[in-house]
Amino acid sequence: MQIILTEYLGTLLRGLGTTAVLTVVAFVASVAGGLLMATFRISPIPPLRVAGAVYVEIFRNVPLVSLLIVVVYGLPEINLNPGFVPGVIIAMTLVGTAFACETFRTGINAIGAGQIEAARSIGLTFGGIVRELILPQATRTVIGPTVTLFIGIMLSSSLATVVGVRDLTGTVSYINNREALGITTFLVAAVLYAAISLGAAAFGARMETRLRVLR
Amino acid sequence: MSMQHALFDTVGPRARRRVAVVTVISLVAIAGLLGLAYYQFYASGQLAPSKWRELLQPATMRYLARALGNTGLAALGAAAIGLPLGLLLAVGRLSHRAWFRWPATAVIEAFRAVPVLLIIYIFMFALPQYGINPDVYWKLVIPIGLCAAATLAEVFRAGVLALPRGQGEAAAAVGMTGPQAFRLVIFPQALRVVIPALVAQAVIVVKDTAFGYVVSYSELMQSGRVLVANTGDLIQTYLVITVIYVIVNIIISRLAQRLDSVLARKRAGGGRRFTALIPGRSAIQ
Repeated sequence: MQIILTEYLGTLLRGLGTTAVLTVVAFVASVAGGLLMATFRISPIPPLRVAGAVYVEIFRNVPLVSLLIVVVYGLPEINLNPGFVPGVIIAMTLVGTAFACETFRTGINAIGAGQIEAARSIGLTFGGIVRELILPQATRTVIGPTVTLFIGIMLSSSLATVVGVRDLTGTVSYINNREALGITTFLVAAVLYAAISLGAAAFGARMETRLRVLR
Repeated sequence: MSMQHALFDTVGPRARRRVAVVTVISLVAIAGLLGLAYYQFYASGQLAPSKWRELLQPATMRYLARALGNTGLAALGAAAIGLPLGLLLAVGRLSHRAWFRWPATAVIEAFRAVPVLLIIYIFMFALPQYGINPDVYWKLVIPIGLCAAATLAEVFRAGVLALPRGQGEAAAAVGMTGPQAFRLVIFPQALRVVIPALVAQAVIVVKDTAFGYVVSYSELMQSGRVLVANTGDLIQTYLVITVIYVIVNIIISRLAQRLDSVLARKRAGGGRRFTALIPGRSAIQ
């Protein structure tokens, strides 16, 4: 235990940093992609609706490991080479976007057609409805699921280890390889993951009770 | 009335023209993307028939079928661990006894908060240092089962909490003890509510079995690696394998939705659906 915190502290922090970078970039990109996909799925443009549905169906059901292999090792074969860290982020984002899309769509659908009809009947335009009615309510309903999305993306960043990127999981495995300290090494990572997950969950729960929409 | 109709009125002539224009633009954009993907494959020579021929050999197909069978075996093993353990944890978390509730809650939260891969690594690299060295099948299946148990416990719990409180009170009123009420009144009803959600969770378990690639258990991913070592056709092999996963998981999701609509019709009060109950934090992996 001692040696992990003295000799390997820098290594460990670098691993944690890689996990943080993968998580934050993939999360932000997934939220952006999810908003775009959700807009496609509720738009009046048929091909966009179909494309959105097909996208979600594919990327919600694909194991991230297999997508990771296709992106990191497969794309170079068709002359596209994203590199390791960007490749991991691309794969995480492709999957994260599908889950984010469904999260946001559920949030929008939860508002109820009656309210939108009411807004239209008092003469609000489409933009007005989105700004005054949908966004304020949808953001609140999706806080919980979005925090779950964040935790899911954070946990999925551990897969970077599979293609040899030294994130938090990869780092403790590397330390164990050199020092054979047994389970202690891995528990350090477990505690860090749990602290981030449970911290995010607690933050989400607090925001939710504060902003709850009563129906 | 659906959201769609509420948001967008039946369109007038101007709006119809606008929708038509955007429809054409988006069709062109989608076709462009697909065309670009096709070109990349074509220009790099990856569409050459010789690159795909190996995958179409009967021997390769038999090999992949066996790999799919092993994926199924791993998923079943994980479910066999996850379902009973998940039920036990759910009962614990709902218990009035603190000595049972707190450990169960801690286990659920812990296994929902760490990546499956880290637990697999503990089984691969840490436990053998203490002389615990099970077969690769178990190094894959036990970690997946433990993480599934934590999520399934939350599904069971949500099912119990979704029942009207009157059910438990009525059971108490006719003189049942707490455990009796749970076994005879609450649990059978909760189970019917959550069955579709349990089936939907199978998608997560199937996805997790792809970690066979990490522990070298010969399921689809690992078998793909063996194929690639022999043929060198990496992108072709893994695209086929990825498509197999997607098809299998879509079938499972559809089954869950079907069960849900059938069971929802039979439930008193009808309507409420539970397929989406507790999307696991690990769903993304």
